[in-house]
Amino acid sequence: MKAALRDAGLSALVALGLFGTMVGLRTDVGAESKLTINPQPVTVAIIVALVFLGRLGMVLWSQNKAKAAPVAKKPSRMPALGRYVAPVLLLIAATLPLYSSRYIIDTGVVVLTYVMLGWGLNIVVGLAGLLDLGYVAFYAVGAYSYALFAQTFGWGFWTCLPLAGILAAFWGMLLGFPVLRLRGDYLAIVTLAFGEIIRVVLLNWTTLTGGPNGISGIPRPTLFGLTFPAGAPEGSFAHFFGLEPSITYRVAYLYYVIFGLALLTNWVSMRLRRLPLGRAWEALREDEIACRALGINVTVTKLTAFAIGAAFGGFAGAFFATRQAFISPESFTFIESAIVLAVVVLGGLGSQLGVALAAIVMIGGGELFRDFNEYRMLIFGVALVVVMVVRPRGLVSGRTPSVTLGEGVKISADMVSQGHG
Amino acid sequence: MMRPTLLSVEALTMRFGGLTAVDAVSFDVREGEITALIGPNGAGKTTVFNCITGFYKPTAGRITLSQPTGMTMDLAGQPGHLITQNARVARTFQNIRLFSGMTVLENLLVAQHNAVMPNVARGLLAVFGLGDYRSLEATALDKAKHWLSEVGLLARADEPAGSLPYGQQRRLEIARAMCTDPRLLCLDEPAAGLNPRESDELAGLLRKIRDGGCSVLLIEHDMGVVMRISDHVVVLEYGKKISDGDPAHVRNDPKVIAAYLGEDDPEEIAAATQATEAGMPA
Amino acid sequence: MAYALQQLINGITLGMIYGLIAVGYTMVYGIIGMINFAHGDVFMIGAFLSLISFTILGIAGITYVPLALFLTLLFAAAISALYGWAIERIAYRPLRGSFRLAPLISAIGMSIALQNFAQVAQGARDKNMIELIPGGFDIFQQDGFVVQLTWMQIVITVVTLVLLGGFTWLVTKTSLGRAMRACEQDMKMTALLGIDVNRTISLTFVIGASLAAVAGMLFLLYYGSINFYIGFNAGVKAFTAAVLGGVGSLPGAVIGGLAIGLIEAFWSGYASVEYKDVAAFSVLIIVLIFMPTGLLGRADVEKV
Repeated sequence: MKAALRDAGLSALVALGLFGTMVGLRTDVGAESKLTINPQPVTVAIIVALVFLGRLGMVLWSQNKAKAAPVAKKPSRMPALGRYVAPVLLLIAATLPLYSSRYIIDTGVVVLTYVMLGWGLNIVVGLAGLLDLGYVAFYAVGAYSYALFAQTFGWGFWTCLPLAGILAAFWGMLLGFPVLRLRGDYLAIVTLAFGEIIRVVLLNWTTLTGGPNGISGIPRPTLFGLTFPAGAPEGSFAHFFGLEPSITYRVAYLYYVIFGLALLTNWVSMRLRRLPLGRAWEALREDEIACRALGINVTVTKLTAFAIGAAFGGFAGAFFATRQAFISPESFTFIESAIVLAVVVLGGLGSQLGVALAAIVMIGGGELFRDFNEYRMLIFGVALVVVMVVRPRGLVSGRTPSVTLGEGVKISADMVSQGHG
Repeated sequence: MMRPTLLSVEALTMRFGGLTAVDAVSFDVREGEITALIGPNGAGKTTVFNCITGFYKPTAGRITLSQPTGMTMDLAGQPGHLITQNARVARTFQNIRLFSGMTVLENLLVAQHNAVMPNVARGLLAVFGLGDYRSLEATALDKAKHWLSEVGLLARADEPAGSLPYGQQRRLEIARAMCTDPRLLCLDEPAAGLNPRESDELAGLLRKIRDGGCSVLLIEHDMGVVMRISDHVVVLEYGKKISDGDPAHVRNDPKVIAAYLGEDDPEEIAAATQATEAGMPA
Repeated sequence: MAYALQQLINGITLGMIYGLIAVGYTMVYGIIGMINFAHGDVFMIGAFLSLISFTILGIAGITYVPLALFLTLLFAAAISALYGWAIERIAYRPLRGSFRLAPLISAIGMSIALQNFAQVAQGARDKNMIELIPGGFDIFQQDGFVVQLTWMQIVITVVTLVLLGGFTWLVTKTSLGRAMRACEQDMKMTALLGIDVNRTISLTFVIGASLAAVAGMLFLLYYGSINFYIGFNAGVKAFTAAVLGGVGSLPGAVIGGLAIGLIEAFWSGYASVEYKDVAAFSVLIIVLIFMPTGLLGRADVEKV
């Protein structure tokens, strides 16, 4: 107990140093526009007390755990339930717009967008083990290419969607080619640099992209020619089916569009995983040198991962543009890449279901905190650290083999490599 | 009557900065034979391997492989995957490099990647169910099963490769290399860490591979295995070749004995060499 | 010619600041092989702490500049060192030896947390400070363009060189330095030899954080304005510098920092200010394509 108190006391002291200064001595612009100090002793005291108590609790709890006699762990009943998670989620997702408010559907759209982005990046990071920190670049390429095609040629969403994907894939190969030789963290910083370069170019090439003002008036998608405007004029969805005009139809339609796109991404990923290409990606992640010794062209394999991952990012970007009807470089910062990467890593081991769950938890959780706007990102950052420390391999516990002779067994996380870039 | 030459290494030299790891080494690997590359640690054996299999680009020298068509192929400086794919030279590694997070079966299927997915277009079409990938996969599966039973791992096909005991991991690596349909199999210390029974099984496996039409080149320290199964032995020391011949010749070569046991008196070696050549015991 | 000289001076000054931050990145990467994403934000915290210190000193009436500088340096370095220590203990140590992506995400989370922490604690607006070390002197004139060398620029250069010199001495001549280099080579073996690896790693973070804090103070004095976002920008540039010079190489970090600073200065001066970041990143990409381990990096020969 004494040791626990000492530990907690030390933590409180550290907290005092950390927070007493940055939080306790708040600089504000006071009289005569000069800086003054606004002391916050109460806040600091509360924080230090919380740290003390929290640390004390943690230390006592771990001491208790060590003392308790180790009990044989009962085999978890989770695996049996685990099989139902995916179908249930699918059902809920498919029927959500039928019984939810506009706000919920909107949130669903955001969540599904990140699920799709997660599945796209999963191909690069989760399956092939290539550390890409600039995924937002492909998102941006997709969004801006749709916006520009719509603006210049007047093409609709469905026409531009495949083009956005192709352009993004092309960029993926272009960006991927010079960095193929790089390992691990070098690859990370270069992809991050690419993402930033694209953002700065978008911000400053005003003649093409509108600069910080972005591009507005991006057309919404239509359903076989039926539109979804505010009222119910001729040629609109509500008019065609004789329904009361409501914005909800547009939101629901957008929801099903992204739902379909996400399902497409998932289906393609799952197919690829069972095919030689997916196996080659996972082998690449495990041991690149062994792959070369087996005759696999590592360069081509990496490029296809980049390109296909980028294509899905491009599709998602085009959707983002059409959903918002307005895009600007502000939406394509490094934070977006970080969030998508966090979703993939939290999902764990290249697992599709894991990524979906991670997106739901992270983005859904973020939405819950919308009211605490100031603290939202702070909580997000802290939550990210906490989750990683507690479950470094992610939500999913093991890797399912892609092909088996008999009854397959899940491979435990410790054996699966995370890739060296 | 000597068998035709399969792989010809001529004056191979590899320098790393100021260090010469391999110095003008020349030897031949003949078809249908097991050739052993031996020598004390640091002799440059793995470096020679890495040059042959495309992981290093040699500083000088030629490595030529003769094809069944009669044409020869220059291996020096070619990228590793092309050597496996076109020259049909496969290898294993000193520190086992399996895909531990994948099952035994998956490891063997990855080895047949080029057979099942000849190019990216076919690979992508397969997503939509187009192309003949299904039959190619079936063939690959059969070949995998064949080699699994050859090495006795069929029962463990669905287990993660990383969970296999050491001896079985070594055998898996060999089976995986054989799934690339090689004409020359290069093994880097395949008997390392194996107990006598496992070494015996390995020897039997290698003989079977040789008799099946694939030549073998191996680096090995286990003299028992080397002497028992090799048809041809090449000895390196400090990057230079010091002996080349059949096992009996090499076993009695005083230079080889000196290299391994540390005898360093040139006069003694010369005297012993003379004695051997005169037919007297060294 | 005169204009180029001015850009040179500006570039070197900026490069020194980047170099100080880059050293922290390269040290941590060298010893535990991870990108400390939160390092740039420690630089930002250092800048804020310096602001707080200067403000307090100003209110307390201590206006003798060298004394104020010295006290602020100590204060900012000490508290930032505490931050660096705490960050390592909380976000990285539990994940050490774990798979490589988890510490990276944890670091990104920590970076986001620190940025927003500063925003919440100190406010989102830019904080401005009066010029503490004004003036300089004209050193060159040509065609009506006057090349100026400010006192601040001299201070930055001197402080950086002194610190880097001291740090090099630390790494090469002391037992701590030897322990750090040993850990870089082979951590398991170092531990087996009885060296406290945890302590060595903590000290690495602490030293890196202190250097970043000094960079923060210098940044505040040089530009006169800071906000909670400067960490990200400077951090990425500094990490670019570390990679450019070759991660794990100390002189590489400094050279990389100077290179990035010079590229930025010259690009802003001769091409366009908006694209200066693009120029720096592009150089990084080009260098890495031809020299995958950076300018001075150790060639990572993978044993096959």
